[in-house]
Amino acid sequence: MVILSLLILNKAGGLIFQRDFNEGLKKLSSNDYLVLAGTFHGVHAITSRISPVRDSGGGLEVLESDRFRMQCFQTLTGTKFLIFAEPNQPNIDVVVKRVYELYADYVMKNPFYQIEMPIRCEAFERNLVAYIKPKQ
Amino acid sequence: MQRGDSLSSPFVPFSPNPSIQQGTPTSTPPLKHTLSSSTSSNLRYSSSRKSIYDRHLNRSQRSELSKASFAFLFGEMVQYAQKRVNGIADLEKKLNLHGYSIGQRLLELLLWREGRSAKRETRILGILQFITTTVYRSIFNKPADGLEKSRDNEDEYMLIDNDPMVNSYISVPKEMSQLNCAAFVAGIIEAVLDGCLFPGRVTAHSVPTEQLPAKTVFLIKFDESVIERESVLG
Repeated sequence: MVILSLLILNKAGGLIFQRDFNEGLKKLSSNDYLVLAGTFHGVHAITSRISPVRDSGGGLEVLESDRFRMQCFQTLTGTKFLIFAEPNQPNIDVVVKRVYELYADYVMKNPFYQIEMPIRCEAFERNLVAYIKPKQ
Repeated sequence: MQRGDSLSSPFVPFSPNPSIQQGTPTSTPPLKHTLSSSTSSNLRYSSSRKSIYDRHLNRSQRSELSKASFAFLFGEMVQYAQKRVNGIADLEKKLNLHGYSIGQRLLELLLWREGRSAKRETRILGILQFITTTVYRSIFNKPADGLEKSRDNEDEYMLIDNDPMVNSYISVPKEMSQLNCAAFVAGIIEAVLDGCLFPGRVTAHSVPTEQLPAKTVFLIKFDESVIERESVLG
C-alpha cells in the first residue's frame, strides 16, 4: 500500500499539516498547498449541501482518478484528514483511522500545541513516519 | 449559617463527619427550594453519607487510571503554569512544586501500606532503592530503569527513566528545548526524600539516545548534612 501524502485542514479550512511520503506527487509551493486546502474546504462544503444521498450529513469523501485516489475523513469537530494514495488501494480507512489516533494522541495531548494552528509536534511526525514508511 | 435554614439557603453545610449532621436526614439539594425526598441525587454526597475520607486506604491500591485522562490533566497543568511564569527555570520550578505536594502524600500512604514490616531508611542507597522500586511501581507500575552514583561529585546520584510516562505525548518546541516536563516527577522524588530526612535538590534532564529518544536522568543532589551523616554511619 503506497501512501503519497497527507494533508490536515482545520475547522476553518486552513492547512495545518502537509507531508509527502513518496515522490509520486509533484512538489507544489507552500502557497499552492494553502490554495489547494482552501479550495477543497469549499468544495466539501458545497457537496455536503447538494448531496443526493439523503441524511448523509457529509460532503465529498473519495476522489479517484487514474493516477491517484484521495480520501477525506472529516471528524466530528470539523477537522479534515486528506490522504492521497495510489489508485486501487484497499483499506485506506484503516490508515486514516490510525492517523486520526496519532493526531488525537500526539497533537491534542501536547500542551505546547495551540488549537487550529499549524502542527509542529515532533512526536506526531516521528510516529507518523514510523507508521507509514514501512508500508511503502 | 443556621442548620434550620438548610432548606432555604443555597449552601449545603459540609461536614466530613456524618454524626455532626443535624436537620433532615435526606440529601439536601443545593439549588432547589422544595421539601425534597431522597430521589433527587446530589453528586457530592453518597446516599450513605460517606465521604472519600471514610474509604479504606487500600481501596485504590490496585486501581488504574486511564493514561489519556492523566495526559489531558497534565497538559492543562503545564499550560496553567506556563501562563504564570516567565522563563523555563520558573516553569520547571512550578511543575516541581506540583509534584512536591503529591510526593508528600504518596510517601505517607506507601509507608502506611507497608505496615509492620516497614523499615525506616537511614542510608542513601536504601532510600534510593525505595524510590526506584516501591514509589515508581506505585505510580507507573514499573520500577525505574537505572540508578547510578556520580563519579565526579560525592553528593550526586542519578535515577534513570528510559521513557517517562508524563512525557509520552509531549513534544517540546525547539525554542524551549531545555524544558523537561518530568520536573513534575522530580518534584515527587524530592518530596519523598525530604520526608525521609534526606534534604536535597532533584532536577530532570533529557539525555536522548538513538534507541531511547525520551531518556531522562533525574539528578539528585543531596545536602551537606546528608553526606556527613552517611560518612559517620560508615
